[in-house]
Amino acid sequence: MSFVGLSDSEEQRMLRAIGVGSFEELLAAVPKQARLQKPLAIDGPLSEIELRRRFGGNARANAAESAVSFLGGGIYDHYIPSALNALAMRSEFATAYTPYQPEVAQGTLTAIFEFQSLIAELTGCDVANASLYDGATAAVEAALMARSQTGRARVVAAGAIHPHVLQVLTTYLDGRDLTLVAERGGQVAAEDLEAALGPDTACVLYQHPNFFGLLESPQTLHKLAHDAGALVIAHCDPIALALLEPPGATGADIVVGEGQCLGNSPSFGGPLLGYFACRASLVRRMPGRLAAETVDRHGRRGFVLTLQTREQHIRREKATSNICTNQGLLALRATIYMGLLGREGMREVAELCVQKTHHAALLAAAIPGYRLPYDGPFFREFVLECPADAAAIARAGIERGILPGVDLGRFRPEWRRRLLVAVTEQRSASEIERWADVLRAAGGKG
Amino acid sequence: MSLERRLLIEQGGPGHRGPALPACDVPVRPLAELLRGARLRTALEFPQVSEPEVVRHFIELSVLNHHIDRGFYPLGSCTMKHNPKINDELASLPGIALAHPLAGDDASQGALRIIHDLSRTLAEITGFAAVTTQPAAGAQGEAVGLMMIRAWHRARGEGERRRKVLVPDSAHGTNPASVHLVGYETVTVASGSEATVDLHALRAALDDSVAAIMLTVPNTLGLFEPEILEVTRLAHEAGAQAYLDGANLNALVGLARPGDLGFDLMHINVHKTFSTPHGGGGPGAGPVAVAAHLEPFLPVPVVTEHGDRLRWDHDRPRSVGRVHSFYGNFGILARALAYILTHGESGLSRVSRTAILNANYLMRRLMASYDLPHEAHCMHEFVLSGRGLRKHGVKTLDVAKRLLDFGVHAPTVYFPLIVEEALMIEPTETETLDRLDHFAAAMERIAREARESPKILQDAPTTTPNSRLDEARAARELKLRWSVPGREASVAAARSAERQTIGRP
Repeated sequence: MSFVGLSDSEEQRMLRAIGVGSFEELLAAVPKQARLQKPLAIDGPLSEIELRRRFGGNARANAAESAVSFLGGGIYDHYIPSALNALAMRSEFATAYTPYQPEVAQGTLTAIFEFQSLIAELTGCDVANASLYDGATAAVEAALMARSQTGRARVVAAGAIHPHVLQVLTTYLDGRDLTLVAERGGQVAAEDLEAALGPDTACVLYQHPNFFGLLESPQTLHKLAHDAGALVIAHCDPIALALLEPPGATGADIVVGEGQCLGNSPSFGGPLLGYFACRASLVRRMPGRLAAETVDRHGRRGFVLTLQTREQHIRREKATSNICTNQGLLALRATIYMGLLGREGMREVAELCVQKTHHAALLAAAIPGYRLPYDGPFFREFVLECPADAAAIARAGIERGILPGVDLGRFRPEWRRRLLVAVTEQRSASEIERWADVLRAAGGKG
Repeated sequence: MSLERRLLIEQGGPGHRGPALPACDVPVRPLAELLRGARLRTALEFPQVSEPEVVRHFIELSVLNHHIDRGFYPLGSCTMKHNPKINDELASLPGIALAHPLAGDDASQGALRIIHDLSRTLAEITGFAAVTTQPAAGAQGEAVGLMMIRAWHRARGEGERRRKVLVPDSAHGTNPASVHLVGYETVTVASGSEATVDLHALRAALDDSVAAIMLTVPNTLGLFEPEILEVTRLAHEAGAQAYLDGANLNALVGLARPGDLGFDLMHINVHKTFSTPHGGGGPGAGPVAVAAHLEPFLPVPVVTEHGDRLRWDHDRPRSVGRVHSFYGNFGILARALAYILTHGESGLSRVSRTAILNANYLMRRLMASYDLPHEAHCMHEFVLSGRGLRKHGVKTLDVAKRLLDFGVHAPTVYFPLIVEEALMIEPTETETLDRLDHFAAAMERIAREARESPKILQDAPTTTPNSRLDEARAARELKLRWSVPGREASVAAARSAERQTIGRP
């Protein structure tokens, strides 16, 4: 089937109005040998009933259909308030295009302005943009911006940064001009960073809380980078920022990160929400769309996209980025999320995460064979050294309806006995107890 | 009298709270002990609003938007078609929406199956060998495609020599921006008198320093390249790769396959051709389909089949690397698969056929009221020029703004750049004849108004939530975030401190 509403007689009328005898005449410019030679070999057409059956089967083939999740590593299972789904799934937001005609897009534009305001507040930065694809490409855009701002080439990535963020950065930087500073005891050691900095360093990128869930010491890192004349890019979890001192307030020039946790589903890792905030002096080098306040001809407040001369549709090869389509609907969801939780709710979610994560860590560390390899303070996840392969524990957990953590062996063979465990405000004390039971049972076998 | 529209931060106050969170059911310890040594923030100046306030606020905002469920959206090159509702429901099934990307392959067979099915289906529709679903949007697909081209040339020892990419002057702005991003140099090729590729100009520009040509087919004027087979042949003869910008795939789907036209790779805007909701600016998805010789260079990981199981394969030594945090915009890709399966082969060919019919119908009707720079039959879109209205003191922008008063969105304006005062119109296949006639009648009336009472156009729109907005003022004042009531002073102080540090480092 299709979503075409057109009768044969209407088609005939239209062809007559066009002035052709048949539809084929309209295709005069398409060479015959360029036309499809045989029917496409694809499934369908399927009715809605058949589609539900097929996708229902796919959904049931994922453990997420029923299991309790302690998975993190960049994607978190936070609660999504019902009002959020009801609002964000409205056609008025979901089926609107990019707000290029502001007089009929004030809903979208106002929400973008509010998103920018909330992200700027959360990060301690002057300005934020309307979104980028994800946390990884936001880090790439930040690194490219720092290079063009400083005229320097080298990007220094310090400490336990998500391996996928580093991989994406490596792809875009094309293998050149990227220096990795290894973590020490799970965190960045100041002397290691200092040794890696030089007059060619454009920026220092760090993650806070880092890939292992550990907090870094932003002020120390900011000072070292600035002393070397480099810019600072902080890659931060926005839920954690509800509690932590915002890096923009202590000198980070650019703050980026992954905003999935702000009211968006895990959705197998996409769509995600890259956010990008920076100091005011960098605004003209920012990638992506920006909404700004203005007035209409009657003096009434309204919002428009601004500084579009940075963007590809105006500036073409001289644009600050090639991004066009962004993650608008996820930014809207994040805006509604931050509105619904508000000043108190955001802090409470963050505090619940800290309490429950530490409770789980304490429980696990008391089970024979398990230990916490790092001493530093952690926020919503932690690394757990296991007496057996993490992959085996993960398999055993699924049988009990628990996804016990991310098997870090997938990133590095020497991490194969490590689980990365995340505990959000959704996990109850009894779920945490069931999780600990999985560890006890699996540890005994190991 | 209605309440003035207020921002979230201008509503509520202390004591206004949203949905409650559960009490902590594990032993509570002091934060200072748990986060020892960490510096915590002293204030978070977020709104304090109740759930009813949040709901009212966003419903009030929502009704200010034009959207495809409400009315016609003839944005050229944007393919704003109906968004089937079941696709959103399928993507929201718990087993799909809650699937975690690091759960492991055994726990993710359903998600892998969706990606695998979509990849195979897109390869068949486009006539290519393999697909990556990682790029999050068309522009990222372009960049990833160019990275693969670069890797291919390097593998052949020609990486240093081939640095140029030929791009027609009618191309989307993302093309040259993506070329720049991967470190290549754009060479703009002027279109011929028929607004299609000028073979002489192309031959002159093709040499052994060219890495690729990037084309949009049909082009941004909605015209099919009649010499397309010769164009791709010439590119290959010169050792270059042929990249297709898939923005206009809606004209080809079920009719012709880019792989059969001689292209080596393309990106697919699933938020255009395959109808995933545009979300007020995103998310989209930009899978890239490639011919067999480029398959080794696809981003990692790649889905592979092992009997009836699917696995992510990371061991791809010639890959350009990873380009997304995980596997691309999975929830969007799932919707696209549902859309394609709904249509099947027969439905998809009806898509391009009706899109082409609708565009030609509008074009022939509107050429009586507006200039039509190129008279050939169009494919799925066409471009008019408003230059004839200039003598009445009316610009294309005024036509666009006046259209908003008739409950339809404006076309894409001032693009492509090679047509002055351009109005680029793409009706898509999901508009019915009576909707097309309504739009045409509005356009005809506007052309009449331009002649008889141009002030109506210059003052438009008058029926929208805001009258024309001052974009110059927005760029001058650059107010990019709200003021927190009672905190203006400290923001001003921060700004002034900021000014003193500009230039450092």
